[in-house]
Amino acid sequence: MGFWRNQLSGPTDPAADAAWETSEPRKGFFTDTSICIGCKACEVACKEWNGVPEDGLDLLSQSYDNTGALGASTWRHVAFVEQTSDRIEQARESGRKLVSLGMPSVRSGDEPALAGGGGTATATLTDTLTDNPVPDVRWLMASDVCKHCTHAACLDVCPTGALFRTEFGTVVVQDDVCNGCGYCVAACPFGVIERRSGNEGHEKGPQSHGISIKGAGGAGDTAKGSHQNQPAHASSNGEVKNVGIAQKCTLCYDRLGAGQTPACAQACPTTSIKFGDLDEMRATARARVAQLHELGYPEARLYGVDEHDGVGGTGSTFLLLDEPEVYGLPPDPRVTTADLPDMFRKAGYAGLTMLAMAAAAFVGRRK
Amino acid sequence: MQDLSNADCIVIQGSNMAECHPVAYQWVTEARLKGARVIHVDPRFTRTSATADKHIPIRAGSDVVLLGALIKYILDNELYFKEYVVAYTNAATIVSEKFQDTEDLDGLFSGYDDEKGSYSQETWAYASNDGADDETPGTIGGPAAGHEHGHTKSERAAGDEHGSGGPALEHAKVLRDETLQDPNSVFQILKKHYARYTPEMVADTCGIGVDDFEYLARSVTENSGRERTTAFVYAVGWTQHTLGAQFIRTAAIVQLLLGNMGRPGGGIMALRGHASIQGSTDIPTLYNILPGYLAMPVAGLHDTWDDYLGAIGNKEQKGFWANADTYAVSLLKAWWGKAATAENDWCFDYLPRLSGAHGTYQTTMAMLDDQVEGYFLLGQNPAVGSAHGRMQRQAMSHLKWLVVRDFNMIESATFWKDGPEIASGELKTEDIGTEVFFLPAAAHTEKSGSFTQTQRMLQWHHQAVEPPGDCQSELQFFYELGRRVRELLADSTDERDRPLLDLTWDYPTDEHGEPDAEAVLAEVNGRHLTGDKAGEPLSSYTEMKADGSTDGGCWIYTGVYADGVNHAAARKPGREQDLTALDWGWAWPANRRILYNRASADPEGNPWSERKRYVWWDAEAGKWTGHDVPDFVPDKAPSYRPEPGTGGPAGLAGDDPFVMQADGKGWLFAPKGMLDGPLPTHYEPQESPVSNPLYAQQSNPARKVFPRKDNLWSPSGDAPGADVYPYVFTTYRLTEHHTAGGMSRWLPYLSELQPEFFCEVSPELAAERGLENGGWATIVSARAAIEARVMVTERMTPLVVRGRTIHQIGLPYHWGVGSNAIVSGDAANDLLGVALDPNVQIQESKAGSCDIVPGRRPAGDELLRLVAEYQSRAGSTVMTSNELRTGHPESTPDTRGG
Repeated sequence: MGFWRNQLSGPTDPAADAAWETSEPRKGFFTDTSICIGCKACEVACKEWNGVPEDGLDLLSQSYDNTGALGASTWRHVAFVEQTSDRIEQARESGRKLVSLGMPSVRSGDEPALAGGGGTATATLTDTLTDNPVPDVRWLMASDVCKHCTHAACLDVCPTGALFRTEFGTVVVQDDVCNGCGYCVAACPFGVIERRSGNEGHEKGPQSHGISIKGAGGAGDTAKGSHQNQPAHASSNGEVKNVGIAQKCTLCYDRLGAGQTPACAQACPTTSIKFGDLDEMRATARARVAQLHELGYPEARLYGVDEHDGVGGTGSTFLLLDEPEVYGLPPDPRVTTADLPDMFRKAGYAGLTMLAMAAAAFVGRRK
Repeated sequence: MQDLSNADCIVIQGSNMAECHPVAYQWVTEARLKGARVIHVDPRFTRTSATADKHIPIRAGSDVVLLGALIKYILDNELYFKEYVVAYTNAATIVSEKFQDTEDLDGLFSGYDDEKGSYSQETWAYASNDGADDETPGTIGGPAAGHEHGHTKSERAAGDEHGSGGPALEHAKVLRDETLQDPNSVFQILKKHYARYTPEMVADTCGIGVDDFEYLARSVTENSGRERTTAFVYAVGWTQHTLGAQFIRTAAIVQLLLGNMGRPGGGIMALRGHASIQGSTDIPTLYNILPGYLAMPVAGLHDTWDDYLGAIGNKEQKGFWANADTYAVSLLKAWWGKAATAENDWCFDYLPRLSGAHGTYQTTMAMLDDQVEGYFLLGQNPAVGSAHGRMQRQAMSHLKWLVVRDFNMIESATFWKDGPEIASGELKTEDIGTEVFFLPAAAHTEKSGSFTQTQRMLQWHHQAVEPPGDCQSELQFFYELGRRVRELLADSTDERDRPLLDLTWDYPTDEHGEPDAEAVLAEVNGRHLTGDKAGEPLSSYTEMKADGSTDGGCWIYTGVYADGVNHAAARKPGREQDLTALDWGWAWPANRRILYNRASADPEGNPWSERKRYVWWDAEAGKWTGHDVPDFVPDKAPSYRPEPGTGGPAGLAGDDPFVMQADGKGWLFAPKGMLDGPLPTHYEPQESPVSNPLYAQQSNPARKVFPRKDNLWSPSGDAPGADVYPYVFTTYRLTEHHTAGGMSRWLPYLSELQPEFFCEVSPELAAERGLENGGWATIVSARAAIEARVMVTERMTPLVVRGRTIHQIGLPYHWGVGSNAIVSGDAANDLLGVALDPNVQIQESKAGSCDIVPGRRPAGDELLRLVAEYQSRAGSTVMTSNELRTGHPESTPDTRGG
């Protein structure tokens, strides 16, 4: 049973579990939302590189977020959350509680990871200026993405083998193998993976322009040969590829194979999205959260670093400034297949009990 | 740009840097990670505010009061960097006794000319013993032309000439009192001028609380001095006002007093709006200047070559502008080659002469008067992007022909069939005689060339693919146009065709007819024409000669092609060099990254501190050295003192760091150059719900106004009818779109991120007007009514100004009415009127008055009636808010327009 437990929950090396003999160091993201400026360059770069179609043109009236959620045609999603001081105070309170529960807080003897020349001289400022009072308003921005879970339910339930674990420890769908059964959609605890619809987009609204792009003067006014703004992914008859197929972030598997950084991280102007070996990402994340605590932001916390959580930790690490629910993230994600050993065990017990009872019945009859 | 990461404090004001300059913002992020404090002062809480340490909401257009109070705070508390101020600025310089301040004249400086609606600047001049009688000192005029009147300077937006240094002076024989005690010293004048700019005045004008002001003042002053530096960052939130240039001047005074100019992590970062807007003023697409900020000659003023030379620079002034003749001759040699000779004054008479103001708005009005036949639009969409969209579209309907070169069929190309005026019935397609030619343009990946970005850096881009179909680069288009026009005129004997026929127009082309962009760069750089080095590229503008032995298309760019190497294409990765990164791109002048960096060392030439070491004097080697290209005569010792009266670079003392200023000093007080005052002073926007708390003079008395029936304004301040348009609106951009949308509303990936026009309002205003998040609102100004979806957000803060609540409404201006874009909507710029800053003729688009009501706007004739009904209720006439002088009962209000 020990073998099974390692595969389905708790800390493990997923690539090794997937029987890669020469796996690469596990790769992942660290998304530091404290320096995200909400520019959405990650969303655009992702779509450009991966040929993901446009996903609806509705104004959602949710701050500056007109993307809504991750889905088949949205692999990066920047959430915008506006808060006033009462809510910020609550975020601090919950952050302080996490610290008292043992989250990394005050920096140890290590040199501050990110403080530079300004660090020492800050001390010359008076106390009132170094205080970090609760502002009237704050605007949280966070770029969400597939978590590339250590224990990925989507992969576990996939009946065709379309979803597989890469040598980088990431989870990728093979379009040409997927049969569109949708088991993975129900299995994902984060609501990330989705089947791409054809004419109607996901819950956000009609997906019209991804398939019939209005180029330069679609009405026939176009001067001959001007730029057609048709994205490369839409074929000449205007059809969206992979309709009905489950789609999600690949962590730019094609770029990783060529030693490149995923498109979103490459495009991020403030390095809010960092990419690298997962161990390094987690170490950077821990150093940054400690720095923020020291600077007077107790609300800072990490998401996805706990290898003992319901998905065995994620390949995408996040630094958040409030509780995960505020960003639309589940507070306690749990891989839907985590209970398989237990279920097998219980089924086994049940079977044994039945056998025992049956045996007992026979024995009893003999008596 | 990366130098921002050296700052200890960054004040972003008049800019939404994170949204509009996200790539540059990485250096602010970097500074913050290193412990710098970032403060965002803005009417709205934006994505910049979200990542700053503090956001301070301000009433749009009141920035001079806030910055003026900062000046007073610095002076009162003696927090200025004394050695720097005395040695490097004009604080000690004595100003003419005839100068009178706005504090003496209730909002006017001395020299105001009611007749012309502008200033004579004579009384603002520096005092001088030169040419003085026994009793009173004389003054230092401009070169040759003496004290040119502000009126003619304003007509040609002469402020643009100072893109690379200060205005010319007759000479630099100034009087100084280094104890700073003389009542006519700049320092004492400054003290007096800002005496009423108190924290309470800030609260009463800007709506900023005393605590927030204290936070800003302490952050800035505690992070300035020998050991620390503060940087200011601005964009069009400062410039697009009727006293926009003065907003920046106020920050310049703050930075000079604190010793933050010419030093690492200091300065004032002007963020330009597009990839090469800096380039488009260096090598201008403007009516009023020639390459390298040389003035365009003016009829009557610069009729002869000598008149012109005398006006652009003077051999007796200090610094490098004294050599303006070499720059001008080299330019004319680059354009007209062998035809330009000493005998014909280097073809000076081939240059057109300005006969008045011909800026974009004057041209638009001339179109309405049928004085303009044709119009080229190159990457510009005035139907959406310019102030007063309705006037723009109406004007274009008067043209005979219109050429639109763009990627997409933008609204300016289709207004004649699907514009708002067609919908309202004001214009009928069949009545419009404008012939529109749409010519598809090549994108930057489809052509080679350079961008000059915000820090004056040229970066070369190489062609990656051929342009599709008929798409052409601008370079090819204009080369072809010139070639064909010259062909048509080849046999002409008409004198007026000589300038075209004599032009050097001989660039090598590739098999697709595309001229070699590097050949153009080489011409811009300049060459030796005679002697041993004939044909070789110049390596520095100091090699330029006024005898016709050199050419060069833009003197400030000289060096970019030194040794025949395209230095703009330098791309050594940042990790392989230091932070200054001199091997990435090429910055003018001389690949220098921080201007006036001699000021990063003390008068003796040593760094002010180890922490802020940048450029210093190496006594052993006998030269200036450091992390950057020193901005000084390379081997001039700090102790050097010229013979009095020496002009040019030789006239600079070893401690005159401001080498492009006529006296070598940083100007706290501007005796020349600024047309609306030697010191910034607060005036209300052209349209404002608030009365000027400082003076009876409501708005900038030198601003350019256009009293016309199609350009009405809301009454301002306490005037009757002002309550009809009770709210302030401000326009701006979002990260997701590019200006008027030509490069973003046709792209699905960008359109889906911000699909609709919306307005941002506070919950309080929403409650007051019954607006609902996600619902519709109609916004009405004295010019137009438009509709937008409503975004109710806590990020908009009502401000309390003198007991009265002022609501501000935010309007992104990316959408327009047309039928070709993926997303469209009403254009925010339709709300704006036309009133201009007098120095550079920029429009006031960051503050206006409006009303807002729930629901969609009416269409057709009803829409026009709605606008007219508001105008009538407000009692707006052509003179409303257009009087240049207000509140002076002794004088008749001036009623003339610009």
